[in-house]
Amino acid sequence: MSVEVRIPTILRPYTDGAKIVEAQGDSLAAVITDLDTRYTGIGERLVEEGSLRRFINVYLNDEDVRFLGGIDTPVADGDSVTILPAVAGG
Amino acid sequence: MLRIGQDLLDAVVAHARADHPDEACGVIAGAEGSDEPSRFVPMINAARSPTFYEFDSRDLLALYRDMDARGEEPIVIYHSHTATQAYPSRTDVAYASEPQAHYLLVSTRESGREPGPAEIRSYRIVEGAVVEEEVQIVATPGR
Repeated sequence: MSVEVRIPTILRPYTDGAKIVEAQGDSLAAVITDLDTRYTGIGERLVEEGSLRRFINVYLNDEDVRFLGGIDTPVADGDSVTILPAVAGG
Repeated sequence: MLRIGQDLLDAVVAHARADHPDEACGVIAGAEGSDEPSRFVPMINAARSPTFYEFDSRDLLALYRDMDARGEEPIVIYHSHTATQAYPSRTDVAYASEPQAHYLLVSTRESGREPGPAEIRSYRIVEGAVVEEEVQIVATPGR
């Protein structure tokens, strides 16, 4: 399974500035693991104790994965994954 | 330094007043790399709280797709403080994730929803470090 992953500005230092990268995997968790093998450290910016970090939003195509299966959401060939940090504060 | 049009600043303050006592939030987008805020985009505070703000996750995706399609980025990310000064809170610093953006804060604590003084200050927030910057207001042509 090959998916396209859109990388937000703050994580582009990990991807040598690339906005869009390819990754392999049949679930979001597998895609993140694959990303981390090539872009070391990006995984821990996204995941904490096996779940997505609270203030990182990940979308599969048009849907926030929190409304799907979270980090276990299945992905299919040709899907698009978008990562966006929450815009939030106090 | 943030250079911003008077009309955009007025729009931010008006939004902050309208949502007081809850925090108001939004962005001012501009051409990528230009450092010129030009398009005012008020957002809904999904937290609807006087002490917290967060863009709704679907609105966030729509906003970034729209900016991408237009060749824009968030030049200014603004929000209001409704009971405290216009200085970034610990959570503001913890969640700041656009190192190239100007974080604009407006405090409505003095005059609330009414016309009156509103404190407006701007910051860069990069990797947990807050640096205040000058706000240079540019007169809006034709007004």
